[in-house]
Amino acid sequence: MSAAPLAGGMNPSVANGATALLEIRGLSAGYGGAPVIEDIAMDVMPNEVRIIVGPNGAGKSTLLKSVLSMTTRLSGSIRFKGQDITGLPTPALVPLGISAVPQTRNVFPTLSVAENLDVGTYAAPRADARRMLERVFELFPDLKTKRKQPAGELSGGQRQMVALGRALMSDPALLLLDEPTAGLSPVYLERIFDLILDIRRTGVTVVMVEQNARQALRIADIGTVLVGGRHYISGHGRALLDNDDVRRSFLGGGVAA
Amino acid sequence: MMIFINLYLIPALALGSIYALGAVGISMIYGILRFSHFAHGDVMTIGAYGSLSAVWVFHIHPLLALPFGIALAIAVALLADRAFYRPLRRLPTIYAVIASFGVALMIRSLVQLVWGPQNQVFQAGVRTPLVLFDSLRVSPLHLQAIVVTLVLAAALQWFLTHTRTGRSMRAVSDDPDLASIAGLEPERVIRWTWIIGSALAATAGVLAGMDTQVHASMGWNLLLAMFASALLGGIGKPMGAVAGGFIIGMVEELSTYAWIGSESLVSPSYKSALAFVIMVLVLLFRPQGIMRGRLL
Repeated sequence: MSAAPLAGGMNPSVANGATALLEIRGLSAGYGGAPVIEDIAMDVMPNEVRIIVGPNGAGKSTLLKSVLSMTTRLSGSIRFKGQDITGLPTPALVPLGISAVPQTRNVFPTLSVAENLDVGTYAAPRADARRMLERVFELFPDLKTKRKQPAGELSGGQRQMVALGRALMSDPALLLLDEPTAGLSPVYLERIFDLILDIRRTGVTVVMVEQNARQALRIADIGTVLVGGRHYISGHGRALLDNDDVRRSFLGGGVAA
Repeated sequence: MMIFINLYLIPALALGSIYALGAVGISMIYGILRFSHFAHGDVMTIGAYGSLSAVWVFHIHPLLALPFGIALAIAVALLADRAFYRPLRRLPTIYAVIASFGVALMIRSLVQLVWGPQNQVFQAGVRTPLVLFDSLRVSPLHLQAIVVTLVLAAALQWFLTHTRTGRSMRAVSDDPDLASIAGLEPERVIRWTWIIGSALAATAGVLAGMDTQVHASMGWNLLLAMFASALLGGIGKPMGAVAGGFIIGMVEELSTYAWIGSESLVSPSYKSALAFVIMVLVLLFRPQGIMRGRLL
């Protein structure tokens, strides 16, 4: 019944020899005191959709924040496009091609939708603002009519679109998303997942932390399960969904959806 | 009626202008650096003295000497930030608040050391009021103060909504963490905050000095009313601070008008306490101010 066992701790994409876009090695980090994540290794290949799942408190968000230099790093290194970015100040990452959307407070509430998107281009002088705006409006046509509205007045789902739009305006190579579906209705959930696939189609690599593991792993190229701050298992999204052990322990319920 | 306009309303608006220009800086610094800058009144003072020196050297009109005062105020504020506030940036903001008290005392002592403790004036002599429509008698100084303030407020509003730097400042004021993630350099935004806040404070200092006298504690004496203005307008909201400044100025001046009977409603010696009263009422009943600023 169960799929072939996956190599625990080993990363399927490490083996095939191609150069990873994001390489994390031996990363331990926290918020001042004890580490929240320990000894994490992860290789994200160009144009991959990587979904990070795991129980509450597994360190998923901490892993993303560590890539953004927003935690206290205890050891390990992070490379992006082969360049060492360990400990680089957060604002310096955008010009390199890393964009991120935090889980909460991810828009500038008093700035209009248009201004939120505009701010996204400031740190990436090479991004063609007009072309990026067209692309963002193509992905999120709803935003076009709300351009002048303060982002803080929008619904949760619309705010999420503004946040994604702002992150895309700098023309990133890598997009880090922290639970983009948190608090959204199931309708929006499906839309966000579709949008992530659309975004990937434009050549962007996506690393996403997700609470709705079951649905998210369906769109994942590679899923990574973190448990207790440690890497538990990585594998193709489908393979993880079919893995009895993973399903029973981390996806809730023993029966496949 | 004309007495009310000539002797109460116009001076009230002039005083409000000075509060407004000072309050904008206090409000913006709070919005972006997250601390109450108690040295802001003294930045105002040093701006007035900078212009005064230029008037002495070049014998020009005080408003033409304004760029010198502005430059000096900006230099002092940036220096204070580099030496005192920046090293404290990562600590709880109360450290910066206390440091700003120290900076205020330092600037005041420096002013006394360089320019002396006595009162100075920009222009000696009696100035004749401007007579408009036969009965409207307006001090040109008051008119200048009001016009300068309205022009600067409009320019600031345009800057904040139409330029990259202005939008970046509003973004950092909204959410500094997200601004960092979006790639905005906080130190650049902070530098611009000091430049704009100090320039407006220096202008307020010159306007205040032209109206009365220039002395070492002039800015410190205006600080409370400026804080009340910033709070009333909604802290972190520059246009709110402008409105707050005009309101506080009007309340202070107009309270001395004989609204009921022939006596001043509030004795002139108590009028500056009204800023205090308004500040306490705002904090109690509408801490977010007129324009829904950040809660303290």
